[in-house]
Amino acid sequence: MLSTFLAVLRRDLLLAWRGRADVLVTLAFFIIVVCLFPFGVGAEPNQLRAIAPGVLWVAALLACLLSLHRLFAQDYSDGTLEQLLLSSEPAALWVMAKVLAFWLSTGLPVVAVAPAMGLLLDLEQGGLPVLILSLLLGTPILALLGAVGAALTLGLRGGGMLLALLVLPLFVPVLIFGAGAVEAELSGSGAAAHLLLLGGGLAGALALAPVACAAALRISTD
Amino acid sequence: MTNPERGRSLLRFAAPQNFYPLAGRLAPWFAALAVLLTAIGLWIGFFVAPTDATQGQVYRVIFIHVPAAWMSMFIYLVMAFWSAVGLIMNTRLSFVMSQALAPTGAMFCFVALWTGALWGKPTWGAYWVWDARLTSQLLLLFLYFGFIALTRAIEDPRRADRAGAIIALVGAVNVPIIYFSVQWWNTLHQGASVSLTKAPSMATTMLTGMLVMALASWAYTLAVVLWRVRPMILERERHTEWVGAELERAGKLSQTAGGRA
Repeated sequence: MLSTFLAVLRRDLLLAWRGRADVLVTLAFFIIVVCLFPFGVGAEPNQLRAIAPGVLWVAALLACLLSLHRLFAQDYSDGTLEQLLLSSEPAALWVMAKVLAFWLSTGLPVVAVAPAMGLLLDLEQGGLPVLILSLLLGTPILALLGAVGAALTLGLRGGGMLLALLVLPLFVPVLIFGAGAVEAELSGSGAAAHLLLLGGGLAGALALAPVACAAALRISTD
Repeated sequence: MTNPERGRSLLRFAAPQNFYPLAGRLAPWFAALAVLLTAIGLWIGFFVAPTDATQGQVYRVIFIHVPAAWMSMFIYLVMAFWSAVGLIMNTRLSFVMSQALAPTGAMFCFVALWTGALWGKPTWGAYWVWDARLTSQLLLLFLYFGFIALTRAIEDPRRADRAGAIIALVGAVNVPIIYFSVQWWNTLHQGASVSLTKAPSMATTMLTGMLVMALASWAYTLAVVLWRVRPMILERERHTEWVGAELERAGKLSQTAGGRA
């Protein structure tokens, strides 16, 4: 079982590496969205500092959303997905591997540049570790929930907008606790509660989302 | 179920063929009941219930606002329930039911938000505040929109049914999470005034009016959903014999009616 998981993971990571332009586009999108905010709300440092956690989180969320359609689209169009579904391996297992590869290739780079973007918005240095931690716990949840939406909208016209409509309401709790963790840390009340809740959410999503996603893939390729 | 020929079990109505005439027979009754209950409820609300000590006349929007909010949440649960039944038992009618429920749920959700905005302006001084209940109600509306958009975007009804069912269930799992996360995030809305465990903190006539209006929205929902289910059943079963016979009968009826007129 582990070998299946590792094989799918390795394949998807290799594909992501070969098409690394896509990964860089996601990253550039994240950076540009963050940079838009000072133009929109003004460059007043106090104001930027106050909205920094929320802005970084919203930008990370949108970057994840925009790359979600890539998760299954290619495998769907070239028939790989059908072969995977026909194989005797449990679908939830390789779905998990695909989502992990997706997160490693799109979520992790965003997490890595987030602290630098935090400095750009004058986020206090004390908040940076919590920001990284909250993104590390939160973005996998986004990838897992988004995978269900991506599976359901596979091959539909206007699938991108539909995907946004489906998953954005589900992303709200992650956004609340993710941005809330940084704000709580900066206001001195401690981020432990928010981070624990994010961790709980991640555990729940890890258990449920791959199964739902596998069921959705079966429906979409039927 | 051991003797299907007797057909006494309620389960026989799970067949679209049997449910179609039943829905047609029941819908007018629920519609009439809805009209009657709405009339009684609004009469209690506007003429019998006393003026509120602190909010004056404005509070009377409660008779529409609260039942609509209850209904919008309840319908989502019913939708998720039918989706689960459909996925587990593989009954076509369950999916039709959940899709027929969605527009009504979204409508109640919108009514609750709209009346809430009109109520909020004179009492809180703002049409909208980012309060936990308002926000979770808004997110519920988005969940309804997502469900409706997904089921309408997929042309193959079989795939649409199942995809819709999955997103309804994912949404149902998330509704409590969204609700509590938003509640933690911000709260200004008054606490629930009606609870089963403690004595209600409002005049009995107000409560009666609200409950009658809640029953009216139940009857309305049932009537509208039964009405909406009928053409959906016809469309899906159009290749079957009974639909052909049914349409022929309906065609003859309208012809004779047209001849007379």
